[in-house]
Amino acid sequence: MAKNDLLGASLWDAYSNKVTTLMNNPQHQGEIFEADAEARGNKLIVADFGAESCGDAVRLYWEIDQKTDTIVNSKFKSFGCGTAIASSDVMTDLCIGKTVDEAVKITNIDVEFALRDTPDVPAVPPQKMHCSVMAYDVIKKAAGLYKGVDASTFETEIIVCECARVSLGTLKEVIKLNDLKTIEQITDYTKAGGFCKSCIKPGGHEAREYYLVDILADTRREMDEEKMKAAADAGANGDFENMTLVQQIKAVDAVVDENVRQFLVMDGGNMEVIDIKKGDEYIDIYIRYLGACNGCASSSTGTLYAIEATLKEKLSKRIRVLPI
Amino acid sequence: MKVYLDNNATTMVDPQVVEAMMPYFTEMYGNPNSLHKFGTASHPALSTAINQVYKALNASDEDDIVFTSCATESNNWVLKSVFTDLIVNGEKNHIVTTEVEHPSILSTCRFLEEEGVKVTYLPVNENGIVEAHTVKSFITEKTALVSIMWANNETGMIFPIKEIGEICKAKGVLFHSDGVQAVGKIPVDLQDVHVDFLSMSAHKFHGPKGVGALYIKNSQKLTPLLHGGSQMGGRRSGTLNVPFIVGMGKALELATTNLEEKMATIKAKRDRLEDALLELSDTMVVGSKEGRTPNTILISIRGVEGEGMLWDLNNGQIGASTGSACASEDLEANTVMLAIGADNELAHTGIRLSLSRFTTDAEIDYTISHFKNAVARLRAISSSFALQKPTKGGEVQECELHH
Repeated sequence: MAKNDLLGASLWDAYSNKVTTLMNNPQHQGEIFEADAEARGNKLIVADFGAESCGDAVRLYWEIDQKTDTIVNSKFKSFGCGTAIASSDVMTDLCIGKTVDEAVKITNIDVEFALRDTPDVPAVPPQKMHCSVMAYDVIKKAAGLYKGVDASTFETEIIVCECARVSLGTLKEVIKLNDLKTIEQITDYTKAGGFCKSCIKPGGHEAREYYLVDILADTRREMDEEKMKAAADAGANGDFENMTLVQQIKAVDAVVDENVRQFLVMDGGNMEVIDIKKGDEYIDIYIRYLGACNGCASSSTGTLYAIEATLKEKLSKRIRVLPI
Repeated sequence: MKVYLDNNATTMVDPQVVEAMMPYFTEMYGNPNSLHKFGTASHPALSTAINQVYKALNASDEDDIVFTSCATESNNWVLKSVFTDLIVNGEKNHIVTTEVEHPSILSTCRFLEEEGVKVTYLPVNENGIVEAHTVKSFITEKTALVSIMWANNETGMIFPIKEIGEICKAKGVLFHSDGVQAVGKIPVDLQDVHVDFLSMSAHKFHGPKGVGALYIKNSQKLTPLLHGGSQMGGRRSGTLNVPFIVGMGKALELATTNLEEKMATIKAKRDRLEDALLELSDTMVVGSKEGRTPNTILISIRGVEGEGMLWDLNNGQIGASTGSACASEDLEANTVMLAIGADNELAHTGIRLSLSRFTTDAEIDYTISHFKNAVARLRAISSSFALQKPTKGGEVQECELHH
C-alpha cells in the first residue's frame, strides 16, 4: 500500500487499444461447419474449454489440411468478458497458417503479447492476465483431438502459475537459491501469483492443483531437512561448529565424561552442561557445578581453565566455558 | 444520451440539497461546539436536519440518531461496540448475520471471528432473502446481536425485518439492520418495526457522500467507536460535518415526502424496463416485483457474460453494474449471486439496473433499445449459442474452472 494504491485502478482504462478494438470488433468470431470443411477436403476440429457456469467459455474451430497438418482457417465463439473475447480473437489469428505442432506451442504469454500496443506495456491489468490462459488451454485440447492424444501430453512441466507460466521446478529452485520466505518475495522474483492470484492459496478465482503457500512451506521444510542432514553429517564427521545443538551437547558431554568428570567426582563434586549458544566470536558453553565444586575456589580458576582447555582441544578453538 | 442506472451504488446529489448545503461552507462555517455566534449560527440548520431525519424515520424523541461519516462506520460501530459491551465485557459470544450483507458487515464479522466471536452467516432462499424462521432457529442464549440488512443492494429484495424484529424482541437479543438500501427508497417506520440499531447513508438517497447515521433505540448503551471531544452527546466524537448533515436532512426529507407516490412512479418505469427486457429469450429477473425495492432489477441474460454486457452498455453511455466475478477488481464471485445458487449461470450473467426518481421515460426507452442491441451482438459471439457441436471428446463435461 502506498500513494498509488489509494484509488483502485480503473480496470478498463488499463486495456490496450488493441484489446478495446477487438472487444468491440472481433475479427475471427464465428463458426466453421463440418459439412463446409469436408466439402473443401479439410478436417474440422471443434474444442470447448470452460463453461458458462464458470464464467468463461470458449469454443475453438480449426479447419485443417490433413496433408500438411496446417490450420487453414480458424474461428472462435466466446462466453466471457471483453478481454476473453479479445484474447480468443488473437489466439485464432495466431493459429491460422500454422501446423498443429506449431500452434500447440502458442502460450497465453504469446496471446497477451500480441494484444500489446507497445512491447513493454502489458495489454491488460494483472487480474485480467488470466483471460488469455483459456486460449492456451483450448489450443492444447484442439491439438489433442486432432492427434488423438490427451491434451496434457503437450505439457512438459507442471505449471503452477498459468498467468505468468511459472513451473513448479522453477519455483522450488528460486525459493532455495534466494532463501525466499514470503509469497511476496516469490512474486517479486518470478511474477508467479502476481496476476489473477488463484495460485497463491485455495479460495481464489479457480481451484488449482498446486498453491504457492504449500510450495513455499514444502520447500522451506525441504531446506530445513537438508540443513539438518548437513548438520547430522557434520556431527558424524566430528565437525563441532556445524553440529545441531543436540549433537553439540552430546559431544561436550562425551568429552567431559572422558576427560573431566572423574577428577571432579574424586573431590566429591560434578558438573552439568546447561546450554550452548553459538555467537559470532565464541561458542559459549554454560555449565553448572554440582556438589563440592559449588563454591570451591578453583571452580572459577584452575578447574574452569582445565575444562575449557580440554573442550577447545577436543572440539573447537572458539569454545568459551561459562559457569553459572 | 447518457443514462445512469447504478443508483444502488450511489446517486446524484439533488440540486436542492446542494443549495441547502452551500451556506455552511463559506458563510456559517463556525464550529458548532464554539460559544461564539460563528459557531452557534449553524445550530438552527443542524436542528432542522435532526428533525428531518427523525420525522422521515418516525423515530421517537427517546431514540438517538447519531450522524456518522458513512454507513460503513455505522455498521462497524454496532458490531465492534456490541462485541465490547456484551462479548468482551459480558457473557455472550455469538452474532447472527447473513451471507449477503454488505462488506462492511461481512468483513467486520470476519475480523470479530479472529477475536474469538462465533458468527453464523445465514443463507438466503432462492428469492435471495433470509426467512424469519431461519433467523429464529439460530438464536441461542449466547447470541449478542442479530444483524440483517433491510433490503439487498444487488437484488433489491426486501427482508422480513418486521418479523425478525419481533423475534429478536421476544428473545431479548439486540437487532441491527443495515438500512442503506431501504431508507429513502421504501417506508421505514421505526414505530412500526422493532430495530435496536439502524444504519443509513445519505448518498444512497440523493444526499452527499461522506455522511450517514446510526439510529439507536431508546438511547440504549453502545460504547462509542470514536472517542474524542464528546460531540453528538458523547456518542460520536469529531467536529460535526455541518454542511453534509444539513444536506442529509434535506435529502431524506425530499426522498420521503410523498414516498408512496415517488415509489409508484419509479416502479412504473422500472417495471416497463423490466418487462421490455424480459421479452428477450432466456432471461430472468431475481425476485418478485412487489418484493423488491421499486428501483432495482437484477436480470440474468443467458449466454452474455456480465462484464462484457457492462462494456457494451458503457459504450452506449449507460452506467450499470454487475455481480459477475470478472467485473470486480479482485475477481471474487459475487456473494449474493453465489448465495442464490453458485452453479447458477446467474453468477456470471447478472446485470443490475437501479433507477432513481431522476430517471426519465426517454432514458428508459433508450436503455431498452441499446440493451437489446448489446444482447444481440454479444449473443452472436457467444459460445452458448453456437450451432456446430464440438468434435467428439472436445466437449466440456463439467466446469474446469472453479470461480
